[in-house]
Amino acid sequence: MSIIFIMAPAALLIAAIAAGAFTWAANTGQFDDVDTPPHRMLFEDRPLEEDER
Amino acid sequence: MTLTETAPPSTETNKRLQQDIACEHCDLPVPKHCLEEAADFQFCCGGCRVAYEMIHGCGLEDYYRLRSQSAHDRQRASGVESQYTAYDTDSFRAKYATTTLVGLDAIELRLEGVHCAACVWLVEKLPHILPGVIESKLALASSRVNIVWDQATINLSHIAATLDKLGYAPHPARDKQGQQSRDAAERKRLVNLGIAGALAGNNMLIALALYAGVFDGIEDRFAQLFRWLSMGIGWASLAWPGSIFFRGAFASLRMRAANLDLPISIALGVGALAGTANVILRRGDIYFDSLSVLVFLLLVGRFIQTRQQRWAEDAIGLMICMTPATCHVVRDSTVVEEPIESLELGDEVETRPGDLFPADGTILSGQSTVDQSLLTGESLPQPVHEGDKVYSGAQNLDATLRISVTAVGEATRVGKLIQLVEQALHTKPPIVQLADRVAGWFVVIVVLLSVANFTAWSAISGIAPAIDTTVAMLIVACPCALGLATPLTMAVAIGHASKQGILIKSADVLERLGSIRQRYEQGRLILDKTGTLTVGKPRLVEWHGDSMVQPYVAAVEAGSRHPIATALRESLQSSQDHQPLVGRCIERHGYGVTAECDLGTIRVGSPNWMRSTGIESPESLSQAIVRSEREGLTAIGVAINDRLVAAASLADHVFEDAIESVQTLRSMGWSCEIASGDMSGTVQSVARHLDLQSASAHGQVTPEEKLELIRQAKRETDDTNLAIVMVGDGVNDAAALAAADVGIAVHGGAEAALTAADIYTSHPGVSSIVKIMEVAQRAMSTMRRNLIISLAYNTVAVGMAAAGLIAPLVAAILMPISSAAVLGSSIQGQIGRPRSTIQDRKQAD
Repeated sequence: MSIIFIMAPAALLIAAIAAGAFTWAANTGQFDDVDTPPHRMLFEDRPLEEDER
Repeated sequence: MTLTETAPPSTETNKRLQQDIACEHCDLPVPKHCLEEAADFQFCCGGCRVAYEMIHGCGLEDYYRLRSQSAHDRQRASGVESQYTAYDTDSFRAKYATTTLVGLDAIELRLEGVHCAACVWLVEKLPHILPGVIESKLALASSRVNIVWDQATINLSHIAATLDKLGYAPHPARDKQGQQSRDAAERKRLVNLGIAGALAGNNMLIALALYAGVFDGIEDRFAQLFRWLSMGIGWASLAWPGSIFFRGAFASLRMRAANLDLPISIALGVGALAGTANVILRRGDIYFDSLSVLVFLLLVGRFIQTRQQRWAEDAIGLMICMTPATCHVVRDSTVVEEPIESLELGDEVETRPGDLFPADGTILSGQSTVDQSLLTGESLPQPVHEGDKVYSGAQNLDATLRISVTAVGEATRVGKLIQLVEQALHTKPPIVQLADRVAGWFVVIVVLLSVANFTAWSAISGIAPAIDTTVAMLIVACPCALGLATPLTMAVAIGHASKQGILIKSADVLERLGSIRQRYEQGRLILDKTGTLTVGKPRLVEWHGDSMVQPYVAAVEAGSRHPIATALRESLQSSQDHQPLVGRCIERHGYGVTAECDLGTIRVGSPNWMRSTGIESPESLSQAIVRSEREGLTAIGVAINDRLVAAASLADHVFEDAIESVQTLRSMGWSCEIASGDMSGTVQSVARHLDLQSASAHGQVTPEEKLELIRQAKRETDDTNLAIVMVGDGVNDAAALAAADVGIAVHGGAEAALTAADIYTSHPGVSSIVKIMEVAQRAMSTMRRNLIISLAYNTVAVGMAAAGLIAPLVAAILMPISSAAVLGSSIQGQIGRPRSTIQDRKQAD
């Protein structure tokens, strides 16, 4: 079980990286609008017309 | 003979209409005169037809399938004829547009009429509809669309006009500064929340290991590892996301006014210091997991509340964007459309019928009538001719005018009023909230109890257990329940209110409004008349004399835009089988209309005009006219061949539910008064109608006088701590709204009123005020219930701590339970069965 001395700090390091990623995402405005993407997800693309190919 | 008042459409009438044909585009019922027998599809207005044809023309019929809401209210098809040419000017582009990395142009616009996912879908299909538009991204909550376009292929004015035709009138994002700072603040809060969550979660995991150790035993070296890690994370929690509580506590001590941050900081601080000592000394319990979770939960509550408030501010920001930004200026003998900011003294501006005056000025040519109601509250239009002064914000009604600009921006009358508003806002003192007052008492009691506990334990068992139990007591006696409950209750109340069309800018106004009844005192509610108590449009209430001429009057008034003409036309047109032919109508602004018909020369107009042109009138009609004017009604005479044959009395119709609403407000503890810019006679008659004392109904009040009224009211009630609430809609109310304790801006308000007010309702009438009061009262009773729950929890917790029963595991279970209880109580408070509305009660009869 003494592996825990490495595992616990390593886990915390991974958590810190995740927190850093979250901070970066929030600061670049990715969380500014969380209401529209759920709707946008459900829009379907039209099949391409002949002239658009 | 007297006509009964034509009542505004009730819910029963609306239900019947729904069985009629529905508009193909918006699903609202099609008015009879718009039905076309031969057409395949029926539309209720030109706006809907154009939108439908555009959508089908681009093969986007899926819009109707995706749509989840239909229109509730008919919306004005604003600016369908607008050209948006000002959007192409360099000054506009410099002000609002930006350039992307690849050299394309980008702009952020606010759109009207965005409701649901189908709107997002349609607007984001703009690149398909218009070649040259590269990207179009709409944010649903704030109605902001970011458009990237290629200037070489397409003009911004074309894009704007297309959006308008689809039903989404665009406006430049005028409040960009405010928006950016609000965005930045919200991001910071979100980051803090995320960090707090990460720290809390990890700390709880580590704590699990330590809890397991309590039951089964744990090797010392592992225990040390976990305790040190827990301490590290705990300090991170306090130093980074938790620092906001310590700053709040210092501010509270500096100002000698308790707020909720003070007891929270005591708990956090004592817990952290004692825990650190215990880790270093290798003894005792540590509570860092509870502290981290505490920080996280409290930040969640505050985040949710600020989010709700943000939504209200965004909605008001959109309305501010909607006030006109462009005007028609005469440059080198041609009329061009330019942004309002480019106006200078001496410029010649053309104002068309229906436009608002962009600046103060003198009329150079033309004659018309102007609607000053936004400025003065006067509901009848004033005739103006060459040489007369007009003011920015007034509306031109009849004919095109050319004016010479005498004052722009801050120098206009409106500008000066807005400065008064800003001054009043700055001197507005913040309200001490219930939670903060409780916090003060809380700190005192908890400190006393812990001192008592410490002395008792040291006397009985020694210092070490005394320290342990006292620390435990200080941690669990934290008002986290109240600290979480207050923002949650407010968030739920604000969210619930916004669904009913009521936007509340900040939580403390709810407290101000909701506490009145409790104290058995009377707050003062000062109402504006036009637009709040009365509909704002004159209606026919009495008819004296020959009713045979009614169809002629309707025909004569057919071409006029004057509100009186509209009122007569609407009331009298319903009873026609055939339209009598009338010759050319000659309208003299401010006096009346003359025309030829088969009965002779017919004149419809003001009694003064009749008298001055020598028209004779029978005694009975003269008396009727005098009586009407005394009662505050507007009298209109009808004369045929120089003899008065009939007289009509018009009144601004009081809202159907106004009487009941005023009664309800009085029973809630508000004394109601009226302050209006309209004529005293009219105001007095409205006051009588609503059963209010005539001393509390003030007429012909200027905006400056309204402000003084509020200031005086505040001076009178300074010691008894009553709330002064002002309700209004125009620029003439804005300064008073800002100075009152709570300002409520009603439907149709001017930009200045929206900025100055604390609450905005989008439905006209006093019934919305009743709803606001109910929301506030419910919020306050939920707060009080939460207070009781919190006190109950604290009593139990403190008792257990004094008895030495608190361990980290117990604390970790006990505190979330109290938080959950308070959460449940907050949500239930607003979603529980609402009081029956006035309409429900009416339908039940």
